[in-house]
Amino acid sequence: MSTPASSSVVTSRRSGSAGLLRVLPWLMLGLLLLVPATLSPFYVTLLNYIGLYAMVALGLVLLTGVGGLTSFGQGAFVGLGAYTTAVLSTSETLPGWIAWAGGSPWLALVIGLVLTAIVAVVLGSLTLKLSGHYLPLGTIAWGISLYFLFGTMEVLGGHTGLTGIPPISLFGWELNEGGEIFYLIWAFLLVAILTTSNLLDSREGRAIRALKGGRVMAESMGVDTSRSRMIIFVIAALHAAASGWLYAHMQRFVNPTPFGLHIGIEFLFMAVVGGAGHVWGAVIGAAVITILKQWLQDWLPVLFGASGNFEVIVFGVMMVIILQRAPNGLWPLLTHWWPDANAKRKVDAGAAPLPRREMPKSGEVLLSAIDVTRKFGGLVANNKMNLSVAAGEILALIGPNGAGKSTMFNQVSGVDTPTSGEVLFRGQDVAGKTSREVARMGMSRTFQHVRLLADMSVLENVAIGTHMRGSKSVLPAAWRLDRAEEARLLAEAARQIERVGLAEHMFDAAGSLALGQQRILEIARALCSDPCLLLLDEPAAGLRYREKQILGDLLKKLRGEGMAILLVEHDMDFVMGLVDRVVVMEFGEKIAEGLPEEVQQNPAVLEAYLGGVA
Amino acid sequence: MDLEIAMLLGQDGITNGAIYALLALALVLVFAVTRVIFIPQGEFVAYGALTLAMIEAGRLPGTVWLLLAAGVLVVALDGLDALRRGGVGRLVKVVGWNIVYPLALVALMRFVPTNTWPLAAKVALTMAVVVPLGPMIYRVAYQPVAEASVLILLIVSVAVHVAMVGLALLFFGAEGSRTSAFSDASFTVGPMMVSGQSLWVIGTSAALIVALALFFGRTIYGKALRATAINRAGARLMGISPALAGRLTFMLAALIGALSGVLIAPIATIYYDTGFLIGLKGFVAAIIGGLASYPIAALGAILVGVLEAFSSFWASAYKEVIVFTLIIPVLVWRSLTSHHVEEDE
Repeated sequence: MSTPASSSVVTSRRSGSAGLLRVLPWLMLGLLLLVPATLSPFYVTLLNYIGLYAMVALGLVLLTGVGGLTSFGQGAFVGLGAYTTAVLSTSETLPGWIAWAGGSPWLALVIGLVLTAIVAVVLGSLTLKLSGHYLPLGTIAWGISLYFLFGTMEVLGGHTGLTGIPPISLFGWELNEGGEIFYLIWAFLLVAILTTSNLLDSREGRAIRALKGGRVMAESMGVDTSRSRMIIFVIAALHAAASGWLYAHMQRFVNPTPFGLHIGIEFLFMAVVGGAGHVWGAVIGAAVITILKQWLQDWLPVLFGASGNFEVIVFGVMMVIILQRAPNGLWPLLTHWWPDANAKRKVDAGAAPLPRREMPKSGEVLLSAIDVTRKFGGLVANNKMNLSVAAGEILALIGPNGAGKSTMFNQVSGVDTPTSGEVLFRGQDVAGKTSREVARMGMSRTFQHVRLLADMSVLENVAIGTHMRGSKSVLPAAWRLDRAEEARLLAEAARQIERVGLAEHMFDAAGSLALGQQRILEIARALCSDPCLLLLDEPAAGLRYREKQILGDLLKKLRGEGMAILLVEHDMDFVMGLVDRVVVMEFGEKIAEGLPEEVQQNPAVLEAYLGGVA
Repeated sequence: MDLEIAMLLGQDGITNGAIYALLALALVLVFAVTRVIFIPQGEFVAYGALTLAMIEAGRLPGTVWLLLAAGVLVVALDGLDALRRGGVGRLVKVVGWNIVYPLALVALMRFVPTNTWPLAAKVALTMAVVVPLGPMIYRVAYQPVAEASVLILLIVSVAVHVAMVGLALLFFGAEGSRTSAFSDASFTVGPMMVSGQSLWVIGTSAALIVALALFFGRTIYGKALRATAINRAGARLMGISPALAGRLTFMLAALIGALSGVLIAPIATIYYDTGFLIGLKGFVAAIIGGLASYPIAALGAILVGVLEAFSSFWASAYKEVIVFTLIIPVLVWRSLTSHHVEEDE
């Protein structure tokens, strides 16, 4: 439970000003080229630090702001990048197996990144399957351990560190001065920002943006959310390591101090202050914290008459206030005043349609539940339930409140596992399969309590349904090599949106729709995964008469195409005119099954609904 | 290593483990009731230890000013509301607890030579200063975002931790302190020397654990906290105020933290930032218990203490690394046994 105002540090909406975001990198680039020539070395150094820190904060924007996870160990990843290149480029006596990598900063960068990726994957596989708070706790332990290792290992120079790190050379140009490495730092940062923005606006990006508050839904659409969590954690770690590599070659020496846990915490503060959901927030946050720190370190010791890092008091208090008052950080406050250029995305209607699965022959039994029993302690929610659904058929599961319909729905969809009995879908046992695997088998569902990402557009929400039908992953997305596939996915999503009658809302935020429309959106999303069995949990609830008619027509049309549909519903008028067969439940058991007209006459059903035959 | 050293290390480990156990219990409690991962738990250890050290040295501890400042903030946040809802009487009560009480403590420590008091009285005074900080911090930092996600609450915790460490440096300086022992006695049990202070630590921890068990088992407030931990919405519907539950929990956490600090200060030199590492070892134990089980967390704490003692003998440079890697097998085991994807709150 979270109120919108307080939970949204971590909102997945990026800045609405898409047009502005396209121009901004170029504008900045122009200004940045001039910096070393016009500003004094002090400001160039300050900007170098801001660039280095912004890179790390950018990783945290992805991890914390978008993905809803966090890490306090980013400082340690920076250290890993820095120490790798320090050791490789200064040690005279590298052991034979690694000697080939000595002396070249660029080789050391690659090795540092590989090493970081390995550590991140190990840490991630330990914690990412657990609740979200195990990762930060794990990274605290990792951050502290690595810090102590840096300080105690002889090879790493102990607390004095390593000196004599050579400058980076680029096509024969040695980057000796702050004004020279400046270009490299900001080039790295801008590339990182660009690729991160690209990634977020892609198939993989939608999966990542679903992590916060939409994991259950995303899994049922075939997204491997543990993998998505791993992806953003590794990306965040790689950003940090690259920043460390640049840092080592800028400073030309390394010691453990700048890689401790307190720095990891500062990086997180940067991301939150800037705006944890926005790529540019990382730059703002890094700038604010770096400049403020510089200033406070000059003044606070004078004020308190003692030396020490008193700026942390201000930072701590500031963070608490920001999290309470402006949980989205500073970036949205800045862009609030700019024109909202939320350009409607072009959907290429001419994109080649996605391949479809071969539909089963009409009449073929797709789903059968056999003697399904589910007990919660002493409570028997489902008792020896049997039902089956065939292709080209609509089956309704009805019953009074508390009859066990939702429990049955969960058994059938693989969300829950029956105590005894089995559920077969196309001949395969559903029990023990994850909802992701069930989705791949061709079963798609909607939720009784709507599960969608309120800040994302209708189009993007529905496009999550196409996840299984695409394959382009992180790297193609980051470098925009996924556009052909992306166009096909979006076109499919747009087609399904039109089909369910939501075309005019295509670019609205999903959260702005009425509840009935949100339910319809879920059907479009489910259809995008190209299922052969559709499970609908109370699809007509909250719909107006006309909307129900449209929905009914749509379901009939789907049935005509050979789709099998199981729906749980309360609305008897809707059910009776639409479905082929009805199964009635009461007290966890099936009390009747048959054609709608038969069931309406069944004394047991009348008893259950009306309390006895009049 | 001979038997004598092993027994000495074991005794050390169990003594520290008892402290970690107390902290682990507090962490599990705070998380269960409020969903807050209470990173600043360790700061209360340092505040307790160093406040006592200042009192012993006959100086006015800065924590009492912090108490006053936090009290003023609480009155600023709650004063108007108290007046509107409970009239002048309620306002007087709020002002009394949050401003008059800290002022009275300042006056007491300023004008009465508290450093000549017996140790027990000094400890009580330390508690009187540090423990009320718990509920005040809850009111000021956490209560406005009480319904936010675990992630936000965690970031707030880190911010509070960072600010408290900075303030500790301001109040107590960078020098470490030790306080006088509760008991100088030592006993010979077989081949082993047992120090009186160790017995104090272990005994007090055990007594506190029993007291907590009674509190949660027998009293209405304890039961209210348990109810909140099991089902927040349900407890709220039964009339248990989440704010009250939060403040009460934080008071217990502050009490446990400060008492741990007072107990450990005669054995170990405490610096302004020592609390964090001590608190994190409590966390390792709490994680062993899955942030849910009190007995497993307590056993985990003893394990952490013993492992720490022995690794400081064999590989002292890697002591911290070894202790923190202890969570790895625990996380592996938990990862392997968890199957279902859950929405993070």
